[in-house]
Amino acid sequence: MNAKDHVAAARAKDRPTAAKYIKGIFDEFTELHGDRCFGDDPAMVGGVARLGQSYVTVIAQEKGTTTRERAGRNFGSAHPEGYRKALRLMKQAEKFGRPVITFVDTAGAFCGIGAEERGQGQAIASNLMEMMMLRVPVLAIFIGEGGSGGALGIAVADQVWMLENAFYSVISPEGCASILWKDPARAAEAAECLKLTAEDLTDLSVAEQIISEHEGNFEKTFAFLKEAIGSFIAEKQQIPVEELLRERYDKFRKIQ
Amino acid sequence: MIKGLFKKPKNDLEPSVAGRIDKPAEVNIPHELCTVCPGCKKSVFSSDLQENDCVCPNCGKHLRLNTRQRIHMIADPDSFREFWADMSGSDPLGFPDYEEKLRAAELASREAESVVTGTVRIGKNPAALFVMEPAFMMGSMGTVTGEKITRLFEYATEKGLPVVGFTASGGARMQEGMLSLMQMAKTSGAVKRFSDAGGFYLAVLTDPTTGGVTASFAMEADVIAAEPDALICFAGPRVIEQTIRQKLPPGLGRAESLLKNGFIDKIVPRREQKKFIARMLRAHRKD
Repeated sequence: MNAKDHVAAARAKDRPTAAKYIKGIFDEFTELHGDRCFGDDPAMVGGVARLGQSYVTVIAQEKGTTTRERAGRNFGSAHPEGYRKALRLMKQAEKFGRPVITFVDTAGAFCGIGAEERGQGQAIASNLMEMMMLRVPVLAIFIGEGGSGGALGIAVADQVWMLENAFYSVISPEGCASILWKDPARAAEAAECLKLTAEDLTDLSVAEQIISEHEGNFEKTFAFLKEAIGSFIAEKQQIPVEELLRERYDKFRKIQ
Repeated sequence: MIKGLFKKPKNDLEPSVAGRIDKPAEVNIPHELCTVCPGCKKSVFSSDLQENDCVCPNCGKHLRLNTRQRIHMIADPDSFREFWADMSGSDPLGFPDYEEKLRAAELASREAESVVTGTVRIGKNPAALFVMEPAFMMGSMGTVTGEKITRLFEYATEKGLPVVGFTASGGARMQEGMLSLMQMAKTSGAVKRFSDAGGFYLAVLTDPTTGGVTASFAMEADVIAAEPDALICFAGPRVIEQTIRQKLPPGLGRAESLLKNGFIDKIVPRREQKKFIARMLRAHRKD
């Protein structure tokens, strides 16, 4: 498959969104709402979930499934209040010692008037800072689109896992082609150059693991993730916090 | 030439010839000695502009300043010591035409990358300093940019120095793909460690500070100042207009609106910056 095919698969309308993952992986999930500053952003979902005997905090970008739901969730592009809700729930997780599992699926943080006025840049920046030193294990799973700073805003993690068709990119292939070559039609070429596939990014040490989609049988993927997340938590909880934080810092520190 | 006189400007961006006609015809100034201020559209002597720290003497518009001019403007004489001056960008992904662009940026800016780092004294206060260079690929953040800023914060943490940073950036550098984006997390981690160790960080946001730099170390300072009318945003006005297909309210993304919305502490004109920075550094001195 070419990079452009992965991009198309990641954006496909019938691809499972975060809600399906949460339902398929966790034994129970209680959604918690609001950033306590401005509002509740439906593009960013969060709450407490149970996985066997352990409780975790789940943060997810949700694109929605029906047309009406998609519009209501702003197609998974969060406003600053979404990032602030995510941070509030991560700090809550830290307080109660719950690992944080995030599901990334966004074309990018929303670009709009309200988003600028309420500090989209500041909201993402403070997530990057706080996540780096969050004193609980953090795992980010890329399930579809990983659009630039909007994805990274919930993905400063001990490990990044990517579904085999997920992508993670500094800019959309269309945006890149139109800026560089003034021709959005060359997006396929840009996708190739940007090295945005799960395979490219494990090679570049941006991601740690590629998750099989079992040829579209996502129930199998969920079952695998249930096991794998359980092992991740068990393993990371063995590590003293200071060491966990040092390893997380070093993981990003060495990218140059 | 005659033809040009009757040409109507197509839009606001295209300079009108009207301003030039006002000038007495006999004063024939070679173009390079004069600069047309993008604010008031009047011609100013380039030498006057340089003496005034690139602030238009007519309208007060802050034009872009290069890193060396900026350092000269705020540093105590001969106090700047540059670190990692030879680190220059490479092409980690083999991106088409990127090598040529890097070389062109070096020629245009006379810098090896989009940020200059080192130590300095400002009003006798020692500090670690970074200054971003808008003439180097619009200050975009490549891996070397992120590495130099990270090293500077690590150095400042170790030495107990405050950090002063001038930002100017179009955001992440797409030719370095995800390696560029990762610099946002890396620099944020270094700022966080520095901050947790009690370090004081003052940022001055200059035109333009956008994208990945706004969404990382620009907005992570203890005190955030900005230059008048500087564009400071996550997404630029053109991107927003294309996304929402609406005309934007005037002033959106400008320093004055960020001050009003509570995202920066103060707007500090260039001629007051040295005094302001020195005062803030003194207020946070630990010795």
